[in-house]
Amino acid sequence: MKRIYLDHAATTAVDREVVQAMIPYFTETFGNASSLHSFGRDARYALGAARQTVADALGAETDEIFFTSGGTESDNLALKGVEKGHIITSSIEHPAILNTCRYLETHGCDVTYLPVDSSGLVDPGNIESAIRNDTKIISVMHANNEIGTIQPIAEIGTIARDNGVLFHTDAVQSFGKTETDLQKMNIDLLSLSSHKIYGPKGVGALYVREGTEICPLMHGGGHESGLRSGTENVAGIVGFAKAVSLAIKRFESDTRHLTNLRELLIDGVMDSIDDVHLNGHPTKRLPNNANLRFDFVEGEAMLLHLDIRGIAVSTGSACSSTSKDPSHVLLAMGLAPENIHGSIRFTLGRENTSEEIEYVLGVLPEIVGKLRAISPLVSKGSSMGSRSSGR
Amino acid sequence: MIGIAIEYTEKVMDHFMNPRNIGEIPDADGVGTIGNQVCGDMTNVYIKVTDGRISDIKFKTFGCGAAIATASMATELALGKTLQEALAITRDAVADALDGLPEAKLHCSNLAADALHAAIKEYLAKN
Repeated sequence: MKRIYLDHAATTAVDREVVQAMIPYFTETFGNASSLHSFGRDARYALGAARQTVADALGAETDEIFFTSGGTESDNLALKGVEKGHIITSSIEHPAILNTCRYLETHGCDVTYLPVDSSGLVDPGNIESAIRNDTKIISVMHANNEIGTIQPIAEIGTIARDNGVLFHTDAVQSFGKTETDLQKMNIDLLSLSSHKIYGPKGVGALYVREGTEICPLMHGGGHESGLRSGTENVAGIVGFAKAVSLAIKRFESDTRHLTNLRELLIDGVMDSIDDVHLNGHPTKRLPNNANLRFDFVEGEAMLLHLDIRGIAVSTGSACSSTSKDPSHVLLAMGLAPENIHGSIRFTLGRENTSEEIEYVLGVLPEIVGKLRAISPLVSKGSSMGSRSSGR
Repeated sequence: MIGIAIEYTEKVMDHFMNPRNIGEIPDADGVGTIGNQVCGDMTNVYIKVTDGRISDIKFKTFGCGAAIATASMATELALGKTLQEALAITRDAVADALDGLPEAKLHCSNLAADALHAAIKEYLAKN
């Protein structure tokens, strides 16, 4: 059975070129990059080259790039590593930010969680009003992983700069899919993740603008200029850097391809199924994100039907989460809980084709129809009901 | 969107893909509604009672795979039973009949059994 992967916001397959780039670093150039001999030197050289690649991609200096184990660690390092004080963030951040904030709240920090509007946008004006004398850092994600909404990062960065507050952005979902300009956007700290851009899992980076005071989370041998101890995962870092350079190289063609497929999917769904709505901003959204809510049916049931047909997606429904809470992002947008449960997130990737989208469009109406036929929420008189009259 | 990997049994998948007793009974003798849209699961059970037995039973569910499967199984177990027998159908009986449910999904089976019992109790209250 053909399997169609539409969950790229969760993770991506490692690009074959990335795999090829990594292979020598397992068995040939395996040295510890801190060793003084030739094995170490070779590994160190590869590490330096990788750092240069990532720095160039961001328009940063090499000594502003620190490799970590991924987006979560980078987010933790950004918030826990800088001077403690009042933090301003949004209510739709990834749990790596939100739960770090909650932890910091129990350790002497005040946190302001800003609301978002119905399309998931943060209002820069709210940020300005929230700034206090003791505000140390603002952290707002560049683009949201669930709904794809892209935040007004440049405006937020300017407000931060004007008020002498650090600005961190989690660019895990946005990098490679929308423009990131450290200078124009006045970004001081930025989190990246390899496995969202066709690189290996377990690697990421934190950009730290020169002059920013930051302490390590990981103490030890003093790697990454003392900011992140631990023998470097050279193979992973090489792979990450290769994924970054491919993302830059393919940016135009990727965004064009993804946008086309996204529109094909959204238009096709809207044309063939009633009572469907797009979650998130209609235009300020990632090119690959189609988060759709289907009235009267539940997300996990839809996901299961799609899964049986080999199609992989994710859902914001409570029934799909370990906490039994519905998506905090959709809640923050003001969606009623009953609407949140019927949401499916389709996130497209480089390797998806229009044939795959057509296939999905072919099965989705039947799935939704089947679930609506058994739903107590479909109103009487609707053609979707399976009511028999005169019984 | 951090999720649980759902491992459903074959029986659960069968009842999910091919639910039994779907529908409504407009002139039902008893109707039980448990849960609500806000929670993300809601099940309605409709029964017809003849000579103290459930002669017809239908359900509708808004909910996940487990919610649908358990409602289907509960109605299958209850059809033809006496009211006392049907009242004795527990959540665990429904889950067992499906060869088990993942721990995180056990609460879904509550809905099905509770809606069935609510329908019977409504009938008993009227009669």
